Amino acid sequence: MASLTLDALTKRYGDNVVVKSVSLAVRDGEFLVLLGPSGCGKTTTLRMIAGFVPPSGGSMRIGDKDITTLPPWKRNAGLVFQSYALFPHMTVNENVGFGLDMRKVDRAETTARVAEALRLVRLEGFGERYPRQLSGGQQQRVALARALVIRPDVLLLDEPLSNLDAKLRLEVRLEIRALQQQLGLTTVMVTHDQEEALTMADRLVVMSDGAVRQVGTQSDLYERPADLFVADFVGRSTMISGTVAGAGAFRSDGGLMLSCQLSSAEGAATIALRPERLTLGAAAQGLANHATGKVTFVSYLGALLDVHVRLNDTDHVVVQIPNRSDGHVPAVGDMIEVGWPASACLVFPREVA
Amino acid sequence: MMADGRLVGRVALYGVAWLTLAFILMPLVFVTWLAFFAQEIPSFPPEGYSLKWFGAIAANRNFVTGFSTSLQVAVAATLIGLLIAVPASLILARRQFAGSAVLNQFLLLPLVVPGVVMGTSIYVFQIETEIATGLPILGSLGGLVAGHTLLVIPWTVRLVTASLTGLDRAAEEAAQSLGANQWTTFFRVTLPAIRPGVVAGALFGFVTSFGNLEMSLFLVGPGRVTLPIAILQYLEWKIDPTVAAVSVLQILLIAVAMIITDRYVKLARVV
Repeated sequence: MASLTLDALTKRYGDNVVVKSVSLAVRDGEFLVLLGPSGCGKTTTLRMIAGFVPPSGGSMRIGDKDITTLPPWKRNAGLVFQSYALFPHMTVNENVGFGLDMRKVDRAETTARVAEALRLVRLEGFGERYPRQLSGGQQQRVALARALVIRPDVLLLDEPLSNLDAKLRLEVRLEIRALQQQLGLTTVMVTHDQEEALTMADRLVVMSDGAVRQVGTQSDLYERPADLFVADFVGRSTMISGTVAGAGAFRSDGGLMLSCQLSSAEGAATIALRPERLTLGAAAQGLANHATGKVTFVSYLGALLDVHVRLNDTDHVVVQIPNRSDGHVPAVGDMIEVGWPASACLVFPREVA
Repeated sequence: MMADGRLVGRVALYGVAWLTLAFILMPLVFVTWLAFFAQEIPSFPPEGYSLKWFGAIAANRNFVTGFSTSLQVAVAATLIGLLIAVPASLILARRQFAGSAVLNQFLLLPLVVPGVVMGTSIYVFQIETEIATGLPILGSLGGLVAGHTLLVIPWTVRLVTASLTGLDRAAEEAAQSLGANQWTTFFRVTLPAIRPGVVAGALFGFVTSFGNLEMSLFLVGPGRVTLPIAILQYLEWKIDPTVAAVSVLQILLIAVAMIITDRYVKLARVV
């Protein structure tokens, strides 16, 4: 295992820049997740690390070794694909042993290491089967064993869980994370599923339009999003647009005067509010910001309720409240008090489109 | 009413299907039947049955050498055809370049151009080449193989390309990330995955070459015959069940080839 460093990595197709000068340092044993909507450049970045896409600029290092121009077969990177990509004509043992065969490892050691890798992914006794005889989850675990058995310097996961059904996804997610920690694997995973990203990563990288928007831990991204895009993409936010009117003061387009902990200069700005930071009813009155609004929609999520409240003609917020049996469930049309503390307002200057 | 209409429809469908099948099989059935007639002039009803015509094949030198030539040419043409078609298909299936669609159609052309036209043009080409270079091309076994390779290529290209488009590129990338260079990846991962297409293409190419008459007529040298030419020459002088017996052997050969092939790759899945 080793660290992985990307320095101003860039990919251009003609005039179209799909990865814009991405620099990242993945620490030894760290699980880094590249997160972003489709087309944000995360997959291209991963494929450059794997060696399938030649960069147009910048460099990559594993440990102290420059790998920028090395072909994929000389990088010692373990790769797991969304489609599993097992070799259909080989048994599980042959699939897992393939990388060792390429490294000219002798037969006795290969047998031992393949068995060990299959034990790690809890597939002992499946060695003689063919991929088509396995379920999706089992196939993905074979793919993982195949990538691990070569003792890669970095493990690269390309949307590894997307083809699994929801329940299995949770299970394999935890399994991969546990293995990664147990073996101390330097890992880079690409995903568009933020829940997956949040549960697995040590640190996350949010990308859009080929550029890195923010790098940080889960709470960095959630509590202190660097920009409106991150606030919107990670977790849920309702947005209120308006203007910063002075220190700690914000006037919404609908005319509400709100107090915030300001991080933005005066001028056009947008406030992002996390739905669970808002309060309904009498308790709202003591908070720095409160207003009365009309319930327009209630969505019942089981343990939680989402209450949509229109504050005036332009401003509306979503409030998430726990679904308690003793509590009052607001009905559509109710007039209700909504409040939130100044610290709940994340203020961002309006992005110039 | 509805039920009646459906019944009529079903009867009509089955009727047409069986008629078509009978239409296809009829010549094969009659030729096979004819091969066992005892009398020399094929006429109905048969006067008795005999295996002597199969013996007559072995006694006819033209049939024996024709068979051997056809076999050699078909095998050689199929192998060379594969060597050209597999790399060509890899590029055609994976790279879009100016003219790639045209090239793809171009490789299928021998299926469309009439055999006589192909034969004539290759004949003229070989004469001109022979005059220009002084090499003995026309009438040589090599010249014949070269012509037949053109017959094999459309089949192999089409079937290998089809099997390549169904292949997951990620498997090849997985192999490379595990330490296999392009060559190892091709032989260990790509080739096994497209094997059904390769085998089926080779089989169809072989059969096409083995049964070809029109092109071979132009390209054989004096004294050299392929099996279809030997049959044609025989028919110029005689009509007796020997020809039917030869055909039966040819049908058997191809049937056996198909059955053996089918054991390894399910042809119905590829074609």
